Amino acid sequence: MADIQRLKDIASQVRRDIIRQVHAAQSGHPGGSLGCTELFTALYFEVMDRKPGFHMDGRDEDVFFLSNGHISPVWYSVLARSGYFPVSELSTFRKINSRLQGHPATHEGLPGIRVASGSLGQGLSVGLGMALGKKLNGDDHLVYCLCGDGEMQEGQIWEAAMFGAHHKVDNLIALIDRNGQQIDGPTKEVISLPNLKKRWESFGWKTMETQGNDMEQLLQALAEAKNQTGNGQPIMIIMHTEMGYGVDFMEGTHKWHGVAPNDEQTEKALAQLPETLGDYPLKSNDAE
Amino acid sequence: MMLSKYEQTGKKATRQGFGDALLELGQANDKVVGLCADLTGSLKMNAFQDEFPNRFFQAGISEANMMGVASGLATAGFIPYTGTFANFSTGRVYDQIRQSIAYSHKNVKICASHAGLTLGEDGATHQILEDMGLMQMLPGMTVINPCDYNQTKWATKAIAEIDGPVYLRFGRPGWPVFMPEDVPFEIGKAHLMKEGTDVSIFATGHLVWIAMQAVNALEEEGISCELINLHTIKPLDEEAVLASASKTGCVVTAEEHQRLGGLGSSIAETLAMHHPTPMNFVAVDDSFGESGKPMDLLEKYGLGQKNVEQAVKDILRRK
Repeated sequence: MADIQRLKDIASQVRRDIIRQVHAAQSGHPGGSLGCTELFTALYFEVMDRKPGFHMDGRDEDVFFLSNGHISPVWYSVLARSGYFPVSELSTFRKINSRLQGHPATHEGLPGIRVASGSLGQGLSVGLGMALGKKLNGDDHLVYCLCGDGEMQEGQIWEAAMFGAHHKVDNLIALIDRNGQQIDGPTKEVISLPNLKKRWESFGWKTMETQGNDMEQLLQALAEAKNQTGNGQPIMIIMHTEMGYGVDFMEGTHKWHGVAPNDEQTEKALAQLPETLGDYPLKSNDAE
Repeated sequence: MMLSKYEQTGKKATRQGFGDALLELGQANDKVVGLCADLTGSLKMNAFQDEFPNRFFQAGISEANMMGVASGLATAGFIPYTGTFANFSTGRVYDQIRQSIAYSHKNVKICASHAGLTLGEDGATHQILEDMGLMQMLPGMTVINPCDYNQTKWATKAIAEIDGPVYLRFGRPGWPVFMPEDVPFEIGKAHLMKEGTDVSIFATGHLVWIAMQAVNALEEEGISCELINLHTIKPLDEEAVLASASKTGCVVTAEEHQRLGGLGSSIAETLAMHHPTPMNFVAVDDSFGESGKPMDLLEKYGLGQKNVEQAVKDILRRK
């Protein structure tokens, strides 16, 4: 049985890490990162069966791919907090000579990252390839992959949808961060995404929906999805979240998709997020 | 050294060399997997598919997804060979290759058939002449353009031995087979086919055969030609280029590609930096192709035997 309070405490620290990274860099994407904090915390601290250390081939462990790479701050925080690299390295986010690139990359050798992402629509295909590789290797672990809802506007996503169902890639659990927002505004105003559940079902995916900012409900959905693996269908969870969740003035608007808070806003945000695991030290030239 | 060593022993498409080698490779290396975007017959991948159905993934007409799936398979430790036409292997999926394969340093072998004008009747929509330029601009990408069936077969196997992304380019038509079995193939190493003193001719792909015919004719006229087969476009064997250019004092390049971004461009950069040398290019001059027979198209677009001969004569006057 999951220790919900422990996961919530970790999530609070992860949110602090997100705000502090983006503030120090004065760039980055806080909105989607905050909205997906429960998911990343649940996956890395509860759900995924991970091996110690980092192994690119992910053999005999569950692996995760982030297709909407711009929400790197949440991933970096969770990777550091779960031991892939020193937490102090979060202070290098988006700075020169850092392994923590604006969008995740393997190029600098950051442990935990298996493919670059940021140019949207590509991660689901990579996850499918990894899942097929696991099958060939006789490895019964799972592949998780998160996509943004705006990403559903990319054609490659639907190529992947057809491929995954046709090849019965039933060891993959994909998720859509359904926050209804993208850079230019609400998805319904930019390019609307009606009937997302029906669409994925009609493409042959076992499709579920869950609340993504409620830790209990999310864990339940992830457990249910895991139960559905191995049944000949890939799995899609449409995860309803609020962009900016956890910081009141960032919630529910696309305006904090890719904007860094100023000093005052940062102070206001951090005041809403209890420090539970200890903040990482900022670089000396960064004011908080 | 005479070109007589390279006698035509038959006629086979370079894509057949790819397909035959892929089957042998599959037997020798169980990490090799194949992916194809609805062109299994055209790429001659059927034999591999039949023998290794579990290691072959039909991607359908979804090249972008195919590149991503290949990246994932490579991450899991496999050596994916993707197959589709050169046009759909490069321009159509450039960003997928750039982010998910090249920048992520994935061990994916992008195998591209029907490159260039010799695709023939299908016309310019399919006759990509920019692919080597696109691919060689990507950091860390190896680019190989073999000249005949045998060399394509060797190249297909050799690329499995290097860790990293590779673009392997070959073609559609039946083409003379002339590379003897005992000629070693080494990625990144120029292959000196004939020594000469008056001019260095660097050729790649189908144009090696054309250049050989030109060399035979030029030798009859008393022009001593050095002929070098540059199957590896990147990394370029700069040492071989500089050694030959220094010896002969003038250079002609020959390729089935746009002049901009091709083999000639790369050689020009190398020479400009280290040993400026008068140079002529046999390449397509900022133009799309059209429907027609392969040899007719090569002549119309300035890639025929006579064009190579003329390029040599012109450059000798500027030496």
